[in-house]
Amino acid sequence: MIEEDVVSLKESPSRAMTMIEAINDALDVMMGHDPDVVIFGEDVGYFGGVFRATAGLQAKYGKTRVFDTPINECGIIGAAVGMAAYGLRPVPEIQFADYIYPGLDQLISEAARLRYRSAGEFTAPITVRSPFGGGIFGGQTHSQSPEALFTHVSGLKTVIPSTPHDAKGLLIAAIEDNDPVIFFEPKRIYNGPFDGYYDHPSKTWKNHPGGQVPEGYYSIPLGKARTVREGQAMTVLVYGTMVHVAEAVLAEKGVDAEIIDLRTLWPLDIEAVEKSVQKTGKCLVIHEATRTSGFGAELVSLVQERCFYHLEAPVERVTGFDTPYPHSLEWAYFPGPVRIGEAVDRLLNSEA
Amino acid sequence: MVDERPSRAALRGNLPPLALHVPEPRFRPGDRVDYSWLDIPEAGALPRFDEACEARETWPATLGMIRVLDEEHRAVGGWDPRLEPETLRRMLHTMALTRAFDDRMYRGQRQGKTSFYMKCTGEEAISVACAYALAGDDMVFPSYRQQGILIARGFPLVEMVNQIYSNRADRLKGRQLPIMYSARDYGFFTISGNLATQLPQAVGWAMASAIKGDTRIATGFVGEGSSAEGDFHAAMTFAAVYNAPVVLNVVNNQWAISSFSGFAGAERSTFAARAAGYGIAGLRVDGNDALAVYAATRWAANRARANQGPTLIEHFTYRAEGHSTSDDPAAYRSAHEREEWPLGDPVMRLARHLIQLGEWDDARHAAMDREVAEEVKAAAKEAEKNGVLGHGFHHPFHTMFEDVFEELPWNLREQAEQAIRERVTKWPERAGGNDGKGNTGGAA
Repeated sequence: MIEEDVVSLKESPSRAMTMIEAINDALDVMMGHDPDVVIFGEDVGYFGGVFRATAGLQAKYGKTRVFDTPINECGIIGAAVGMAAYGLRPVPEIQFADYIYPGLDQLISEAARLRYRSAGEFTAPITVRSPFGGGIFGGQTHSQSPEALFTHVSGLKTVIPSTPHDAKGLLIAAIEDNDPVIFFEPKRIYNGPFDGYYDHPSKTWKNHPGGQVPEGYYSIPLGKARTVREGQAMTVLVYGTMVHVAEAVLAEKGVDAEIIDLRTLWPLDIEAVEKSVQKTGKCLVIHEATRTSGFGAELVSLVQERCFYHLEAPVERVTGFDTPYPHSLEWAYFPGPVRIGEAVDRLLNSEA
Repeated sequence: MVDERPSRAALRGNLPPLALHVPEPRFRPGDRVDYSWLDIPEAGALPRFDEACEARETWPATLGMIRVLDEEHRAVGGWDPRLEPETLRRMLHTMALTRAFDDRMYRGQRQGKTSFYMKCTGEEAISVACAYALAGDDMVFPSYRQQGILIARGFPLVEMVNQIYSNRADRLKGRQLPIMYSARDYGFFTISGNLATQLPQAVGWAMASAIKGDTRIATGFVGEGSSAEGDFHAAMTFAAVYNAPVVLNVVNNQWAISSFSGFAGAERSTFAARAAGYGIAGLRVDGNDALAVYAATRWAANRARANQGPTLIEHFTYRAEGHSTSDDPAAYRSAHEREEWPLGDPVMRLARHLIQLGEWDDARHAAMDREVAEEVKAAAKEAEKNGVLGHGFHHPFHTMFEDVFEELPWNLREQAEQAIRERVTKWPERAGGNDGKGNTGGAA
């Protein structure tokens, strides 16, 4: 399944990488590929980023293409917009998704609107990379999942990978895209997939098929979902860390579910969603973000509008709670196996 | 009911009560205006700094003011840019054309041809002299009152009017509020309605130019009011940190809609003085003196182009008219402010300087005024052939969905179909689509 949508890749050898290594590799490939690509953000230069995503890039490409910035997200995104107007292809990093809010005006009113308001005279081919999500004891300000803020904005694309393989291909596609892309990296799975049991020993990407990353250039088109697993019992719409949690829970319960990793939240692969839900007749939507007005609400609404007469049960939605992300009670907040399991049972037991 | 607890005042002892200061302008409607409190230094008083000087050498002067034209309309002192009379006449012409354009478009709005307009009356010297002092391909990140730059760079007036009327020929497809131009080929960035966002963008553009080893610099404009935005701080910090080749302008026209400059901090210091806090060069200029504006901009542009770093320029001026067609300044400030403004009118000051040089006279001035009025009138008439707001000839409905992304995603495709369906429902007689005049939309 994984290889089928990979373009320009035939004989490339692969090797096991973590998601961080895959992201670093994608940046390296694009820096080499396009002299207009520049990378900047807090601590991304000499140090290589707090998560090491830009490690080695300054040494390789020089200080004027990979550099540290002041702690000012408005300035980071604002400067990126100006650089894009010049003709560069900026790839700024926001150190944590939780820190992106001071840059929102520059993203929402500026980057997202440039093409429209100037009728195409100015564009913003900017890729904003940012680690998001919890499960690392990051407390309220290092754990949030603000993706729905961005899918709500006309003119932004929102991409969230769930494997090193996809992270590299999607990041390359995002950088090549001529519209602004918010690229959220699920930091809980930077170093290995996560089954939702925080007390299980952590896994690495080494033995996961998604941890095999082709060398060199390849891209995975934005707007295309990936079928993680085909099945008949229900459709699970999921992205990021929760792809692996869902996979583990459904395997454990022995449910023949069809798991769709959305990969690009917007523009959504509506065709993949419709096709699967119309086949299975049941749908479970999962995300880690808070519930109310989350991206799940949009998914449930679309499924209701477009697949109502195929549905055999109410669409289920499993999410984080509508609270800030608590530090000590992180795992009580996290939509883990119990919460998902309950929803799966409700779907399985519902009368048609 | 008697409160048994000791009052806060009793507990405070002899400490004075804290007092919140809410700034209040000196004059309100009906007040007589006296500007004698305003410190206006003599023309020519400030020496010109070396363009390669240390930034700190400029800081004491950020509390003064660079002025070239004196009371007798002579150009005096080290900042006199010594421009040729022909250049001065062209600048004067551009300023007069800008004012005539504003007058015509203001009337157009009052006549219902568009929804909104913003004049720059009294501030023409700032944008026009800046444009003359910059290289033609230097990038401008304007706020909404720099129409003089577009006019100085030769952007067609007809295009400007098309945009203001949001008509069929509007290059921006009727999407933007009037006056929010975009002109990439003229080095003029798309204007945003969100204030001060353009300032960090100007710095980013300048950084890109430096990354690429280009020779072009960037310049950005904000009003004194929006210099209070965080974006201003972001821009100043980035400009300083990367020594970006950028000129950042604060147009201090005293008023942000109804809020006087005190709400942006003017009671405490000058806007130019902020340069010192960031460690960059700062200049404070008589914004109604075209020669001073030209000299300061040229100084800062040369400095930036020589990799000597960014400059913050405060242009001290007065917004002679309302903020826009949507407000009435008589409701919040004294009408006498404009008459009493000690720095005069920028167009007349430049004209009198030329007259003093023997290079201009009242008859030529009157002829110029007639000529620019005719030029604007012709452009407006030409643009009106393409329609005015709300009366036919707008862009087809489907254009509303274009340019959100490079490619139309499925949701916008579906919504475009919806918009077309609604049109058929509202105007079944036009169900055929194009009416043959290129008018594919309703004229409701």
